[in-house]
Amino acid sequence: MAQISPPAIAEPGQDQTMILNMGPQHPSTHGVLRLVLEIDGEVIVRVKPEIGYLHTGIEKTCEAKFYQQVVPLTDRIDYLCPLTNNLAYCLAVEKLLGLEIPPKAQWMRVLMNELTRINSHLVWLGTHAMDLGAMTVFLYCFREREDVLRFFEMVSGQRMMTSYFRIGGIALEPPLGFFEKVKKFADRFPGNVDEYEGLLTGNPIFTMRTKGVAHLSAGDAIAMGACGPTLRGSGVDIDLRRDAPYTGYENFKFNVPVRSEGDVFARYLCRVAELRESIGMVQQALAGMPEGPIKADSPKVVLPDREKMKTQMEALIYHFKIITEGFTVPAGEVYQAIESPRGEMGYYIVSDGTAKPYRVHMRGPSYANLQALAKMCEGQLIADVVAAIGSIDVVLGDIDR
Amino acid sequence: MALAPPITDIEQLKAHPALGHLLAWNASVVESVKFDRDELTIWIAKEAICEVAASLRDFPDCPFNYLADLTCVDWYPSEPRFEVVYHLLSIPHKERVRLKVRLDGSSPAIESVTSVWPSANHYEREVFDLFGVRFAGHPNLKRIMMPDDWEGHPLRKDYPVEGYR
Repeated sequence: MAQISPPAIAEPGQDQTMILNMGPQHPSTHGVLRLVLEIDGEVIVRVKPEIGYLHTGIEKTCEAKFYQQVVPLTDRIDYLCPLTNNLAYCLAVEKLLGLEIPPKAQWMRVLMNELTRINSHLVWLGTHAMDLGAMTVFLYCFREREDVLRFFEMVSGQRMMTSYFRIGGIALEPPLGFFEKVKKFADRFPGNVDEYEGLLTGNPIFTMRTKGVAHLSAGDAIAMGACGPTLRGSGVDIDLRRDAPYTGYENFKFNVPVRSEGDVFARYLCRVAELRESIGMVQQALAGMPEGPIKADSPKVVLPDREKMKTQMEALIYHFKIITEGFTVPAGEVYQAIESPRGEMGYYIVSDGTAKPYRVHMRGPSYANLQALAKMCEGQLIADVVAAIGSIDVVLGDIDR
Repeated sequence: MALAPPITDIEQLKAHPALGHLLAWNASVVESVKFDRDELTIWIAKEAICEVAASLRDFPDCPFNYLADLTCVDWYPSEPRFEVVYHLLSIPHKERVRLKVRLDGSSPAIESVTSVWPSANHYEREVFDLFGVRFAGHPNLKRIMMPDDWEGHPLRKDYPVEGYR
């Protein structure tokens, strides 16, 4: 019988790492994210994100659709902030067309966009706190989120996949009583934020799990392409709403919360402060909402009103032409970046002068933040990876597209 | 607002920090420029992309220190077939510029900019996966979206929208 040598056992102190698979079906990865952790004991040596489980080829699908047919597809990319996606896409196409948007549509866009930010941050806050063991916050957050979703349903008929922004304006006039309901919510909401903060900000368990955890320096954050609250939590002062205003943000007064600590707690404080700034902008939008049309005056691009279609021949013809043939967009290319709840969301659209986009590329903020995640987890404990994932507010639809 | 015609004259666009810097640094790397819809595009010679990237990142007056996006456009069947597109942002000065590099369709390859911006890692993998453009010097050039055994590159224009059946 041949001699079987015993398996090699490492000497104590000799480096030996282990591979641990996390996900894709792990509740704290907020979707189908798979992380391959290389660990030394409890300490992370390296993190390799494996993505693509949710890849649906939206960029390819866009190339086969008319410009206006792409709007509902954009809802499904970052599914926690559908209106932000709609806005980025519409702004990019409007820039290609050189289309001017009437003031009321712009203010409605700001109003809905800030409600979307609140909606998205509430989901983040609830799930992030639940990952770290605070169950109650989740229920409180979803209580307020339900109110916001009801507003979306009022204006668009859909709670989540709204497609409310259209190329050239917004789809419909908001219904009667909408502004009063939003006003009531906006008056009440700062008290709700105090409630969440009362449960978390001073909570010793929450602060122990977040302070000093998953640190990311400003230099690393920029080098790894982090954006949004992840970047601002590392002390980099950038917010596209202020620095490159779009859709009328230059008319609004708000602060950009920046923290220099660079840990999970700093990102938490940034986002909670953003909740307060957003509700301030909702109040400003309600107070200053201008009167006037909600769609640009461009009959070849914007669908006519239903009433006009019943009485005017031209309106019916334009409607038929837009639906069956789409509208042509002058050749060129634009990159339109806006500040989504997660950071810089950019739409790069190339037009070849036909009615279908030649190329649509979405620069997702979560895709960029995911690379920063790998950096910030190095040297942390396995349990802290969960806190780190929560702190970058990852949305897999946005990563895989 | 009517669309202004694009400006392609280098002399008129010298005021933009990125173009001014590149012309002063090494004018031969700039192939052509276009200023359209308030966005500046600079076509860069393929061999020089890494030096251009490092030079723009370290430009003291307006450092383009943030790679906002990296993607590709397929102009099939015309040649040069591919254009790799880099969107840069200067975080201190909030300036943007778009760099483009033209690549042949036969064996598209270009130097990786991961040494300049580590964040290019995933973007270059995505372009490799979906367009089949190779990035020399990339630390981990594997498919990222599609399965490892996938055939073809879905975002190429000669790849059918509904896939191969």
